Amino acid sequence: MSAPRPAPKTTAAYPKGGSFLLEMVSPQDVFTPEDFNDEQRLIAKTTADFVNQEVLPNMEKLEEQYKTGDFSLTVNLLRKAADIGLLSGDIPAKYGGLELDKVCQMLVSEFISRSGGFSVSLGGHTGIGTWPITYFGTPEQKAYYLPKLGSGEWLAAYALSEPGSGSDALGARTKAVLNEEGTHYILNGTKMWISNAGFADIFIVFCKVDGEKFSAFIVHRDYPGVSTGKEENKMGIHSSSTRQLILENVPVPKENLLGEIGKGHLIAFNCLNLGRYKLGGGVVGGAKSILEHTAKYAMERKQFDRPIGSFGAIKYKIGEMVARIYATESMSYRTAGLIHNILADVDADDAERILKGIEEYAIECSIMKVYGSEMLGYVADEAVQTFGGYGYSEEYPVARAYRDARINRIFEGTNEINRLLIPGMLLKRGMRGELPIMQAVQNVLDELLAGPSFDEVEDTPLAKERKAIVDCKKIALLIAGAAVQKYGQKLSEEQEVLIAFSDIAMDVFAMESSYLRALKLHQGRLHEITTRDALAATQVFINDAVGRIELTARRILPTLSEGDNLRIQLAAVKRFSKYDLVDTVQLRRYLAERAFEVRGYPVFSI
Amino acid sequence: MKIAVCIKAVPETDTRIRIAADGRSIDRTDVKFIISPYDEFALEEAVRLKEAKGGQVVAVSLGGDEVPNLLREALARGADEALHISGDGVAVDDPLCVGKTLAAALKTLTPDIVFFGKHGVGGDNQQVHAIVAEKLGWPQVTVVTKLEIGDGRLRAEREIEGGIEVVETPLPAVIGAQKGLNEPRYPKLQSIMQAKKKPLVIKTFADFGLTAAEVGPEAAGLMITALRLPPPRQAGRKITGDPAQQVGELMAALQNEVKVI
Ligand SMILES: Cc1cc2nc3c(=O)[nH]c(=O)nc-3n(C[C@H](O)[C@H](O)[C@H](O)COP(=O)(O)OP(=O)(O)OC[C@H]3O[C@@H](n4cnc5c(N)ncnc54)[C@H](O)[C@@H]3O)c2cc1C
Ligand SMILES: Cc1cc2nc3c(=O)[nH]c(=O)nc-3n(C[C@H](O)[C@H](O)[C@H](O)COP(=O)(O)OP(=O)(O)OC[C@H]3O[C@@H](n4cnc5c(N)ncnc54)[C@H](O)[C@@H]3O)c2cc1C
Repeated sequence: MSAPRPAPKTTAAYPKGGSFLLEMVSPQDVFTPEDFNDEQRLIAKTTADFVNQEVLPNMEKLEEQYKTGDFSLTVNLLRKAADIGLLSGDIPAKYGGLELDKVCQMLVSEFISRSGGFSVSLGGHTGIGTWPITYFGTPEQKAYYLPKLGSGEWLAAYALSEPGSGSDALGARTKAVLNEEGTHYILNGTKMWISNAGFADIFIVFCKVDGEKFSAFIVHRDYPGVSTGKEENKMGIHSSSTRQLILENVPVPKENLLGEIGKGHLIAFNCLNLGRYKLGGGVVGGAKSILEHTAKYAMERKQFDRPIGSFGAIKYKIGEMVARIYATESMSYRTAGLIHNILADVDADDAERILKGIEEYAIECSIMKVYGSEMLGYVADEAVQTFGGYGYSEEYPVARAYRDARINRIFEGTNEINRLLIPGMLLKRGMRGELPIMQAVQNVLDELLAGPSFDEVEDTPLAKERKAIVDCKKIALLIAGAAVQKYGQKLSEEQEVLIAFSDIAMDVFAMESSYLRALKLHQGRLHEITTRDALAATQVFINDAVGRIELTARRILPTLSEGDNLRIQLAAVKRFSKYDLVDTVQLRRYLAERAFEVRGYPVFSI
Repeated sequence: MKIAVCIKAVPETDTRIRIAADGRSIDRTDVKFIISPYDEFALEEAVRLKEAKGGQVVAVSLGGDEVPNLLREALARGADEALHISGDGVAVDDPLCVGKTLAAALKTLTPDIVFFGKHGVGGDNQQVHAIVAEKLGWPQVTVVTKLEIGDGRLRAEREIEGGIEVVETPLPAVIGAQKGLNEPRYPKLQSIMQAKKKPLVIKTFADFGLTAAEVGPEAAGLMITALRLPPPRQAGRKITGDPAQQVGELMAALQNEVKVI
């Protein structure tokens, strides 16, 4: 985005968000980590050096700060991060920012996230704290705030949640009323769980003007009537500050309104969407770092006169970690590539088009958020298990990682809310005629009527996996069709069905992203060990995903249909989940051996 | 001041090296190249010198397609321009040919001072900077841990066995940087992004008036005939039993297997 060119007239050249469920794409059309350019790699390296040299040596002290509420160490490190450019990636050059492309931003969040709770402080500031101004501020607001936020002179927080409204963010009770002079809005209310509240200079506060119109304001810490509660006693991310923000008759100049009155939801939802995008990179970095600790430990720890890493039970865990990280990494950077492409010609200061571009892939962002946070949960949990009793001790790094990982399933929209959003957005796009979902469902039904075809699977690499992906998409569509048929407009009340559909859709996206990356490597870099690793991870992942999808479909179909219809649909699921199973024991062992060899994630490194 | 720094691309230090089919070189698949670690000290010192005294830093590297990436990194770390001398036709395994080529290139750059790492990690020949100094007829100071630049002269501290030696030479001179000379900084995102706007030119040995007879394979005084990996380390063995048994077993092993007693 550094050299803005005239915008293309149409976005037809880009795959539609959510279209992965309906069609196949060519491996050459997806972005994969192997495509990082030198500049992106160097930026990642600098980020890694910053974390290794400045943050990690201070981890213990960072994690103690919440006890005194003195976060000056975090503030100092954020200012150091600002000095090397880590706070200004999203900010337009016009306002002193770097305008990093979206792939690069994901890479930065991947490497920052190796700093545990500190990355929540940094992300809270650069992300949800700064984006509302970058994307919804007036030119005056941007010129006033962005240079200070990019340089770390001011630090920001985002105050949406309240004690009584979390998932139901629009149910906020904080109220704003214009004073008699018409110069200030008077804000009253309490915000809950506000990251960075302990030290932020400005807060993006969501509230209702006159108790009705959802809106956002920029509130300075030093305005009269602003205070914060005590530090929350959290399970993890101890190095991040989390407090209530208390607003008592706070006079906020009316120039501090962000966007329009009554349009605050646009700010809130767009920023959450961007947050999910960043989280997709973050979880990958966190998981790789845990895998590094685990692989090393498994090689060193001996029981029964052997390193525990030589036992199949441990190899299974490590091999599975590699496969899941690979799947998440593949889909996160695939999505990064999609967003990068759609924004390639967009001016960094053209907020409307940027948000529209990212919104196009909101479904993919929700998938990354849910899938990524659960992948991280798995990796952290099995890391503790591999460490045995030592994993349960705070003397070793995985206990903290385990506690820190948990928040990712809760914030940026809980995983339930995101699972509900995925089919919601897909169906809405279908209704609006943007995605031919119903046509695709019809095609599957027609195919069923025509009876099974006995096409030979081609003898090319991953041909069998490709067929499995095509077929699993049909299962997803079959479920979608049956659900819409049964519930129509009332489908939104059937959360178990929606969530089952989401689980299948997510697995499909992960399978396909894994497959496309492996195939692309196979086509371009046949002899490299990376290619062998990617093929193994893809096979492990797809082998199990097909089984999961089949099971989920079989579980939910009896809710959707009955009698002959049900019987036909179950037979269809059986047909579409036919996959010649592979020896995943050998493949996981191979992946584990590779993880031991490189002492961490084998498929890719900067 | 005009400052030159020569950097070498070497396999990442923890890369698992495999020998190529010819038995004389390394298999480059899966190998990642980095700036040789001692060259990082050289580069950092060059940039600090520029920051203190003003001037220009040019980064120079001889080699193949692994080089441009690392020269970009040098630009991101503060060099102002970069010169890639193509390794095509140069006997790059022979320190003399490499030294001759670099010296010819440096002559055209007319620097006031040239920085090298004290040796290139991997090949470990420790010759190139000395050869370059000889060919240019300039003084050289090796294993430098501290450097001060005065008016037309430099004062350097060298690490020697059991102590520090302080030397002075006139400029221009060639410096071999040792660990401890400085603490290299990582580049800021701002400078990484500016690096792509800085000039990186590629030249061949012929551009410096050299001929294949001078620096090509036929000129090589040294040729690598074989490359072998060290034999894998043998697993340790635990001696068990009561103290008397342990002593017996240990003595036997030291006498008969290791043959040190
Ligand atoms: C450490 C931390 C940092 C945070 N930082 C910030 C911040 O900086 N700014 C900010 O504004 N907020 C922040 N939050 C708040 C966070 O976004 C909310 O906790 C989150 O949105 C969930 O809201 P809640 O806690 O009120 O849970 P609830 O909304 O009460 O949810 C409880 C459970 O019910 C489920 N649920 C709720 N509604 C539905 C539904 N309609 N259908 C199905 N299931 C449902 C949820 O999925 C969840 O499992 C932070 C929270 C934590 C813990
Ligand atoms: C809070 C706490 C309280 C405790 N209380 C007591 C107590 O009161 N008394 C007491 O005696 N002990 C106690 N323990 C110790 C506890 O029983 C051990 O931690 C446990 O037996 C695991 O041993 P380890 O920690 O050495 O892990 P390890 O044995 O090193 O195991 C590490 C990992 O390797 C796996 N592994 C090990 N061997 C094999 C194998 N052969 N094949 C496959 N996988 C293998 C394990 O399953 C595990 O995943 C306690 C531990 C904790 C954390």
